Amino acid sequence: MSVAEIESHQLAHEAPSGGSLWHEAGHRLIRNPTAIIGMVLVSLFVIAAIFAPVIAPTGPLDQNLSLLKAGGIPPGPSIHHILGVDLLGRDVFTRILYGARYSLMIAVVSVTVGLSIGILLGSLAGYLGGAVDSTIMRLMDVMLAIPGLLFAIGIVAMLGPGLRQIMIAIGVVNIPIFARLLRGSILSQRENDFVLAAQSVGVKRRGILFSHILPNSISVVVVQGTLAMATAIVDVAALGFLGLGPQDPSTPEWGTMLTDVQSYLQAAPWLAIIPGAAIVVAVLGFNLIGDGLREALDPKLRTRG
Amino acid sequence: MLRYVVRRLLLLVPILLGVSLLIFFWIRALPGSPAESLLGERATPALVKAYREKYGLNKPIYRQYFSYLKTTVADHDLGVSVASHRTVTSEIKQRFPATVELAFAAMIFATFLGVPLGFFAAKRHGGFFDNGTLIGSLLGISIPIFFLAILLKYFFSVKWQLLPSVGRIDVTIDAEHPTNFYVLDAIITRDWSTLWDVIKHLILPAIALGSIPLAVITRITRASVLDVQNEDYVRTARAKGLSPRVVDRRHVLRNALLPISTIIGLQVGLLLSGAVLTETVFAWPGMGSWLRDAIFNRDYAVLQGGILFLAVVFVFVNLIVDISYAIINPRIRYS
Repeated sequence: MSVAEIESHQLAHEAPSGGSLWHEAGHRLIRNPTAIIGMVLVSLFVIAAIFAPVIAPTGPLDQNLSLLKAGGIPPGPSIHHILGVDLLGRDVFTRILYGARYSLMIAVVSVTVGLSIGILLGSLAGYLGGAVDSTIMRLMDVMLAIPGLLFAIGIVAMLGPGLRQIMIAIGVVNIPIFARLLRGSILSQRENDFVLAAQSVGVKRRGILFSHILPNSISVVVVQGTLAMATAIVDVAALGFLGLGPQDPSTPEWGTMLTDVQSYLQAAPWLAIIPGAAIVVAVLGFNLIGDGLREALDPKLRTRG
Repeated sequence: MLRYVVRRLLLLVPILLGVSLLIFFWIRALPGSPAESLLGERATPALVKAYREKYGLNKPIYRQYFSYLKTTVADHDLGVSVASHRTVTSEIKQRFPATVELAFAAMIFATFLGVPLGFFAAKRHGGFFDNGTLIGSLLGISIPIFFLAILLKYFFSVKWQLLPSVGRIDVTIDAEHPTNFYVLDAIITRDWSTLWDVIKHLILPAIALGSIPLAVITRITRASVLDVQNEDYVRTARAKGLSPRVVDRRHVLRNALLPISTIIGLQVGLLLSGAVLTETVFAWPGMGSWLRDAIFNRDYAVLQGGILFLAVVFVFVNLIVDISYAIINPRIRYS
């Protein structure tokens, strides 16, 4: 086959099926096996979070100390407790399901906070330019100058530990990432011919921003948003693990569940392995979808395979 | 080149001032008055009064900021730790080398494993090894550092008892530490049994901390080698009959390493964040575990000084990365 033939073949292969960018991207996404695995993992995570009270065999706080063996060692997985019980005789499977609720809720809220404020600041900076741009972006530079988790720890130290505080902290850490991303994207969109065309027919600045520039910049935000969900779940667990999460130690948050079990590694390793594996499943799911989306939305990456 | 460096250095000034302002207001937003929160439980009325005078806390807020700036920058005074009663500066001198040593070991692990993995994955593009590497790197960025650290500790220390699980050095070893970089100290003093012990303590924390950089470096190397392989100069080199190994070494790898060098620099922020978690699991006496303890002791002087110090380090490392990138790639300087 000649180069021209190969190219025409590829073009025919990738011809838009008559839909928009999103329609096309959706098609490419469902043909991508890794993205599908990602969607399955995330679906499992979301189903666990939503239907926890229905699926769970017991309540997340139900203790049964009589299950413990001599020396307070919890028994391992069995038919009655498929993932074993913890140090207070609570069913680990139940607590993992309820833990999904916390992770999902905190991740969604904190990414939404970071994303919306970041988008607002980034679009203001990118579209208005000048002094507004440099003020906002210098502020973002300062926020990025402090390594993410340390920044979050500083915020939690200020607000005090707790669930709501963690959401705020992770949200704030996400702001400069989205602001920078959107500003960069808008700056490149602004030079496009369709923006010039809209300007020349007299569309107002705000109209251009909302109906021409933002819709075209949004794909990078969607990709980053998915990947930010993965990072947020890890960060939530990390703050929980450091003891900055929910202050009630009975809260079934995955990171918090990993805190106290280190001294029982020898006797009951599953107490550490199971919450950790749950985190990996959720994070891997979002990472796979994010990667798949990036490939589906980026025409340059598409051809590289 | 000099102009570029000077320009970048000037750009640092507003960022560093911004960071200091942020931390200055952060201290004021902490629960309790600034003097009380920095002094912690030692806050007797006399000490509070002395602190208020030192930082000018009864003066207008901008004067307070200037005296804060003067004490930190000119006098290198970051206050005294509530927990250890030692100055924050002297603790940083002891703990920062521990974190640098750990981060360095993690980067060596990530680079020396990640570059060959990525290179061979690209060479066998689409094959079994390539797919395995891709899946492995995706798992690598999805495993939380502290979970990996716990797993490593469980298998290698608790179960198989191959490696030590806590600290930098065996407690029974009484070695000299002129630089506080224990590997360096052992080499300087020619104490080989200590060196071996220090290295054994480094292995597990370094693998845990290096896991994410390893995954990232592998992926970037793979993508970069795939890109470079199709360049005209590689085709030319092959066409003129150079052996595949020479082409790989001189033409492919050397050009592919360009983006990798930046990526390695960009991992520093992640390493500093990750150090908090790794050091907590392995009881590593570095900056990370220190900051973690500081939260629980409400040791605000430590938090304030430690975060400021790490932010300054982070900003300077990024500058060095950018400058070295400009040296390797002249196109950057003029854009």
